This record gives sequence, structure tokens and C-alpha cells, in this order.
Amino acid sequence: MTATLTPPRVEPDAEPPVVRERPSMPRWAWALVVVGVWILVYLVTKGQDTLALPGREHTDLHETLTGFRDDVLASRDTNPLIQLTYNIGQAFVDLVDWAQRMISVPDLPRPVPQIGWLGVTAIATWVGLAVAGWRIAILVGASFVSFGLFGYWSDSMDLLIVTFVAVAVSVLIGMPFAIWLGTTRRPAVVAAINVVLDILQTMPTFVYLLPVVLFVGIGASAAVVCTVLYAFPPIVRIAGHGIRSVSATTIEATDASGQTRGQRLRKVQLPMARKTIVVGVNQSIMAALSMATIAAFVDGPGLGQPVLAALTRIDVGGAFVPGMLIVVMAVMLDRTTTAASEASEKAARGGIDLRRRRIVLAATAVLALVAVYLSRQYFWAAEFRETSWGPSLADAVDSFTEWFTDTFQGVTEGFKDFISSVLLNPMQSLLAESPWYVTGLAILLLAFVFGGVRAVLPTVVCLAGIWYLDLWHDAMITLTMTLVGTLLVMVLAVVFGVWMARRRAVDLVLRPLLDAGQTIPPFVYLIPMLALFGPTRFTAIVAGVVYAGPVAVKLVADGIKGVAPTTIEASRSTGATAWQEITKVQLPMARGSLVLAANQGLLYVLSMAVIGGMVGAGALGYDIVLGFSRSEEWGKGAAAGITIVLIGIMVDRICRAAAARTEGGSPGTKARN
Amino acid sequence: MRKRTGTRLAAVAACATFVLAGCGDGGSIDEETEANESAAAEAGDCGDINMAVNPWVGYEASAYVVGAVAESIGCTVTYKELKEDVSWQGFGTGEVDVIIEDWGHPDLEKKFFADSGDGSAEDFGENGNVGIIGWFVPPWLAKEHPDILDYENLNDYAKDFATSESGGKGQFLGADPSYVQFDEAIVSNLGLDFKVVFSGSEAASITAFQKAEDNKEFLIGYFYEPQWLFADVPLERVALPPYEDGCQDDPAKVDCDYPETTLKKVVSTSWADEGGAGVDLVKNFSWTNDDQNVVAKYISEDGMSPEDAAAKWVDENQDKVDAWLG
Repeated sequence: MTATLTPPRVEPDAEPPVVRERPSMPRWAWALVVVGVWILVYLVTKGQDTLALPGREHTDLHETLTGFRDDVLASRDTNPLIQLTYNIGQAFVDLVDWAQRMISVPDLPRPVPQIGWLGVTAIATWVGLAVAGWRIAILVGASFVSFGLFGYWSDSMDLLIVTFVAVAVSVLIGMPFAIWLGTTRRPAVVAAINVVLDILQTMPTFVYLLPVVLFVGIGASAAVVCTVLYAFPPIVRIAGHGIRSVSATTIEATDASGQTRGQRLRKVQLPMARKTIVVGVNQSIMAALSMATIAAFVDGPGLGQPVLAALTRIDVGGAFVPGMLIVVMAVMLDRTTTAASEASEKAARGGIDLRRRRIVLAATAVLALVAVYLSRQYFWAAEFRETSWGPSLADAVDSFTEWFTDTFQGVTEGFKDFISSVLLNPMQSLLAESPWYVTGLAILLLAFVFGGVRAVLPTVVCLAGIWYLDLWHDAMITLTMTLVGTLLVMVLAVVFGVWMARRRAVDLVLRPLLDAGQTIPPFVYLIPMLALFGPTRFTAIVAGVVYAGPVAVKLVADGIKGVAPTTIEASRSTGATAWQEITKVQLPMARGSLVLAANQGLLYVLSMAVIGGMVGAGALGYDIVLGFSRSEEWGKGAAAGITIVLIGIMVDRICRAAAARTEGGSPGTKARN
Repeated sequence: MRKRTGTRLAAVAACATFVLAGCGDGGSIDEETEANESAAAEAGDCGDINMAVNPWVGYEASAYVVGAVAESIGCTVTYKELKEDVSWQGFGTGEVDVIIEDWGHPDLEKKFFADSGDGSAEDFGENGNVGIIGWFVPPWLAKEHPDILDYENLNDYAKDFATSESGGKGQFLGADPSYVQFDEAIVSNLGLDFKVVFSGSEAASITAFQKAEDNKEFLIGYFYEPQWLFADVPLERVALPPYEDGCQDDPAKVDCDYPETTLKKVVSTSWADEGGAGVDLVKNFSWTNDDQNVVAKYISEDGMSPEDAAAKWVDENQDKVDAWLG
């Protein structure tokens, strides 16, 4: 549940191509040899030393972790650090509370907020007009009206408030780190920051939700802090990358004029990286929204609350409507920030008539102020009238879901059983039922085969960590589910990515659906999926695929679109069929994107492990939910959370090493085409 | 050109909003503000109640009924949507005052009750509800194979209970991790050919039982009453060796059924010490499983908001409410 909508992980600077003899045997053949031997060893050793731990038992190590948490908890009245963080938390509570009374809840004794819906909508629309033009203004206005029409005005405003506070804090704290990351010459600093960001992005939120509550309190404070922890990595990573990418020649040229480092930063690096920085802010916002439902677990205000409330009464339609509004908000904020960055570029180049713009903005500002005045005076402009839109949509979704599950249950059960028996169960047996040292050695050998020497050290460290945390068996089950999920994601990514890249109409239709798949809280579609597949590992995999698929599809589509048209024309002139064109030209040329899509897809699927634990998939996901739910099991949950981080980092490092080697070998590959 | 577009747009938007809002006629906001002010001045001083709302419908029913009554005597009630552990943690900081339905958390009691912990929480007595935990099967199964209701016959059906998750054995569906569960131990100590698969959430367990009843599938799992699902799918309980004192003391050796749990109220010590009408109300509150099921049904089956459901029950049961107000 802790994934972000982070765009492609910024790749480390590509190494200069190393011209190397191609090995006589290709890598996949070596991999097959390793797997073959592994299967043979498995057949004679299966069931031994699997380190399996029953679902409701824990080890001494977990007990120690729980004890540590208990000590912190016991010291909360005297610990100065907790006093400090608690006061910061209270400041967030006060800020959010003030904003809520302004726009979302009655500011008693006033029966309504200070500014009613009409005023808020007008201001937001005006801001949209000011930063990004009238198209965006319409989008913003329509989005705000939809929040009210569907009956979730107050929750929507709450989510907006929490998101803005959290993103503002993330940017404030994040930009100094981004500048550090972007300007440091020490690789150790870069590596250290990256590891911290990796941990923040892969650590399941449920693990630190309770400690966060301990340090900052329940409600808005916990919601803001959890959201900051999650929205902070994208801004650091992306803005840091943008600053670092400012061309060296530009810097040298301006350095020649004798500028100081501060001047260089303010006048050259930051302005030139502005577009990338806005992308970073945009991704922070998306990450913040994806925390909406999680924050609701600790009474965080926002649209997550009605989603969770509907879940407890198995009310699919009731969860869908607020979930859909989260998507509306995400799309609105995404398009607005993107358009704002484009508009500011245009303005910076002097592409618009400033005088006319000022007049338009002043005139519309007057209208917005009139709307604010009305919304302070009259009930109709202050409170959204109840409409039947929300309930009707919920009913429609309910009947559709019922029809869909009734009709397709047989098919989906069959598909689930098929995938489980031919793919999931055999793989899980191999990974989890082999002795731990056999599986560990096999993973290490595979890492070496694919990633070379560079992959060995991270793999050893991560495997050792997983072993130490006493959840080896669960880790292997989670790894299996993640691999199967990634496989399905890549099948989807290649099919739809190629289709989208080759047909513009398909792209136009699919993009919004992909955005929705990525931002809708999984809690919305868990019930229908449970009805289709039952509480199984496969349900967890499907949830992961829904979440990870969009990222991978987009990456593959963009990668294929990036293949130079001249190359394609050249292949057409030789009379290649469409199939040949795809398989021989487009896919091989977009291989970098495919590797990136697989890497991202895998991390996204992994991040859904916790959701998997809630739909019967067991393993690490269940351990984490258990740790969150039962105080005496917190240590086990924390261990499971760290294990997930280790799996994520291990797979990521192997992928990167493999990708770097592929780059290195590319001259040979090109020659082959 | 640009300006005109902007103005026209704004005009269109303003018109549209007028139409949408139906140019309402509700009284003036200022008048109501004054009315609220004078009402606040008149109301009795009942104090604040921070009511934890744990995530299940039965709990919601109890919490909102107590809340509705408290508001009627002038208390300010704030509902906080929290899981159990977080709620207990909130007693010490004043963020949570009342947990209205507690199913027993020995570990939390050790940390927060006065005799062994920091004393931020205290037991406020039973709330009248009785929790029944056990192994349940869907009604169709109990009807068609009545012998399944005795654990000794379960192995005969193990094959029928097998799923893609249970590795050839029968599947036993474990529950949401929030609940006390010894099913892995019970299965192995009673020599049952089953594997415990944890549903991981109440939603997953409920969906599984609904689906099993609809499609006449074999399913056995951990469940509990009071729960609104029983109005819809009256699950049947499977008899395990009866509970005796001490038979669940060692988690690894459990081989008996779950005991009945008397559900209780837990409150913040500092809140209770302040006293007042709100504290007395919570102290006196007690109702039956049937009462709770009625309100839970209003919420889950009839789709009422918890506030409306509570108000309706309070209206219909004024005598019971009066007893709490003493």
C-alpha cells in the first residue's frame, strides 16, 4: 500500500560503454542451467530447513523489536524528543483545523464554513486560470462541483487541505536535499541519500503508522506526517536529478563570468531545472493522494474515511464514489501542475501579452470575490444541496458489480486455479520449500548471471538481512507472488504499450483509464475481486497488477514512441510486416524502457503486498497487518516491513546491474540487428 | 478576445451554479449563527467525549447510539475512526476518551491499566454485549451435511474444503489479524487435516462466506457474533471440544473451543476523573446483542448513516435510554 506514482526511477548516470567480448553462452542459458540444477536439488531436499513460521507465532528477535517500541511508548511523558515532535504534530492539527473551519466544516457557532462551496470553487477556478489558462480553469471548476454533486464536499476539502499541507512541507524539507543531491560531487552522499529514499518508498506504511501516532498524535497530525514521509522522496529524487542534469557547458560558460556557487545555483541551475522540479512536485502530490486511505486508518481527515467506512459494510458502490473523487482530484492536480509548468515556460519566453493577461485576471478576480461574498451570505452558496447523484452512481456500480461477478465468477475461478497450479504453486514450492541456503545460493547465482559482479554485494547483504529477520519462508512466498505479478504486468505492458504506441486513438482512450487504475485506492476494488477470486494469493496478484500495470504500460508505450521514425521507415522499406516491425525493430530498440518497466512494475507489485495480506495472500503482507493490529505482534510486523524493503532493494539493484551490463553489451546487439 | 472569453466563461459558470444550487431560500446564515450562540449558552455543561470508532459495524452502532444520547444532554461528541491499538494509545494523550466495545486485549491492558502499566486507561464495566467466537460454516452446508457441525467429522470432508491455497489439505479460513486466534494450534492439536489460510480482513471473511452460501461452496472459518452478516447469512457453529478454564493459557497447546467474551467499555482515566453527565452515561450504558443487531442492520442492510440509525433506535427505545440517564 505504500507505492507512489513515482515516475521511472532516475537512472544513475549511464556508464561509458565497455566493449566486451560477448560470452559464448547467452545469459538466459546460464540462468536456465542455474534453475535446472536448483530444481534437481529441490527434488531431493524439499521441505527441509524452510524456516517456516506459523502465522500467529513470533521469534525472540520480534519480541525484542516489540520491547523497543514498548520502551519508547512508556517514556512518552518524559522523552524530550517525543515532547518536541508532539508539539509539531499539534501545530499541524491547529493548521489543518483552521483550514477546515475556513472551507470544509461549520465554524461554530456559524452553521457553515467561513467560505462556502461557491466561493471555494470560484477561487480555485481563478487560480487555475491564473496559473494554467482557461482549459485548466474549466477542469478545476468542474472537479470542485463534482465533489459537491456526489455528496463529498467536506471530505474532499479535507483531503485537499491535508495534501497541500503535506506537499508544502515535503517541498520545504525536500528542496535542500534535492540541491544537495544535485550538486554534491561525492558519490557516497548520492548513494546514502538514494538508500534512504529507497527505504522510505518501499517501507509499508502500516509499519510506521503506530510509531508516527506515538510521536505526533492521532488524526490530522499523523495523516500529515505519514503523507510527508511518503511524498518527500519523489521531490528529492526528481528535482535532484533535474539540477544535476543542467548541462556542464552551460555551467562552465556562466562560471567564466566569475559567479559564486550561490549565484550559480540561483541564476543557472534552479531556473534551468525548473521543469523537472515541477515534475517532482507533481509526483509528490500524486504520492500524497495515494496515502489518503492509509491516513484514514488513524483518523486522518479526507476522502479515505468514507472509503474505509464503506469497506466495513461491504458496500462496493459506497466505496467507489469517494474513490472516484480521489481519482478526479488526482487528475485535476496532475493536469494543473503540468499545464502550469508549460504556461510558465511560455511566459518566461515572453509568449503572452502581459497587459491583457492582467486585465483578464483582475476582472475574473472580482467575480471570484463576488462568489466568496455570496457564499458567506446565503445558504445555497455555502452548503451544497444534497443530490441523488452520489447514491444513484453507487447503486449503479453495485448492480454492475453484482452482474459482473455473477456472470464471470466461473471463468475467473478457472483462470485463478489455472495460474495457481501451473505458475504460482510450482514456483512457490521451488522458492519457499527448498532449504533456505539452497534458495539463497540460487538467487545469488541468478543475480550474478544477470547483473554480474556489481549485483553480488547488494544481493548478499539483502539476503543476509532477510535471513536474520526470521521471516525467510514468508519472504519467499511474497517474492514468488511478486514475480508472478510482474510477469503478468509485463505481458500487459508489452501488448498495450505496443498498441498505444502504434495507434494514437488507443492511447487517448487508455491514458485516463491508466491514471484511474494508478490512483484509485485499492480498497475500492478489493470486494469485487474477492467475490471473483476468493481470499487467495491470486487476488493479491491481481490487485498488484491493477496498480502496477499502468506504470509499466506507459513506460513501454513511451519507450516505443521514442524509437526514431527513420529506423522504422528503414525497416518498412525492406518490406517488413507489422509483426516483424514490432518484434525485430520496436521492441528491441525500446529494450531500455522494457527493463525499466519491469523494474518499476516489480516494485509496485511488491508495494501491494500489504493489501495482499488483507485478501488472503498471507506471507509478509499478513505479518504487517498483524503487527499493525495487535500490539504484541508489532515487532513481527516491523521485521516483515524491513524484509519487504530488502526484497525491493535487492531486486532493484539486480535490475540496474543487469541493465548496465546490457548497455555495455549493446554494440554487439546492434550489430546483430 | 481573451478577456471576453474569460468573462463569458465566468458568467456561464455563475449561471450554472445558480441553477445547480436551485437559488435556494434557506434563512440567513447570520440568523442561524445567533441561534446557535444562544443555544450554546443555554445548554448544560456536559463536557467533551472523544469516542473511538473501531472498524466494524456493531461497534459503530454502539458508539453512535451512546453519542446520540450524549449529544441530547449537551455533550460535544467527536468520533475518531481508529483501530483498537491506536485507540488505546490515544488515552494517555487525551485524544481518545471512550472505547465502547472491547473484545479483550491483555497486552494493551498490561501497558495501560493502573496495576501494571501507566494507568492512562481503566475498565468501565461490561456493555451488555456477549461476543461468541468460534468455527462457522455457511447455512447450506450445515443443512446438507449436518454431521459437519461436529469437529470429529471434519476430516471426512477435508478434501471438499481444499482450495488453490491449501496445498491439498482442507482450507480453514482464519480471520482478520485483529482478533485472538488459536486456529493453527487447534487444527494441529486435534489432528485435523486442514491448513489455516488467513483472510487478513473482516471484509475478506464476509465476502468469502457470502460467496460460499450463494454458490454452495464448502467453507469453514473463524467468525463471531454479534455481526450483521448473521441477518443475511445465518452461519452455523461447529462444535469443538468445550472450553474449560485454562485450556487456552498456552497458545501452542490449545485444543478447545473459544470462550464466550463479555464485551466491556474502556475509558481514559483522566476523562473519567473529571466526571459529569457524559461520564455517567457511558458508565451506565448497557444493551443486548439484539439491540446492537437492530442498529447494525439499519447501517449495513438499510444503508442508513450511523447518525440516522442511532437516532432512530433512540427514538424507538426511549425507556432503555432513560435507564442509562438514571
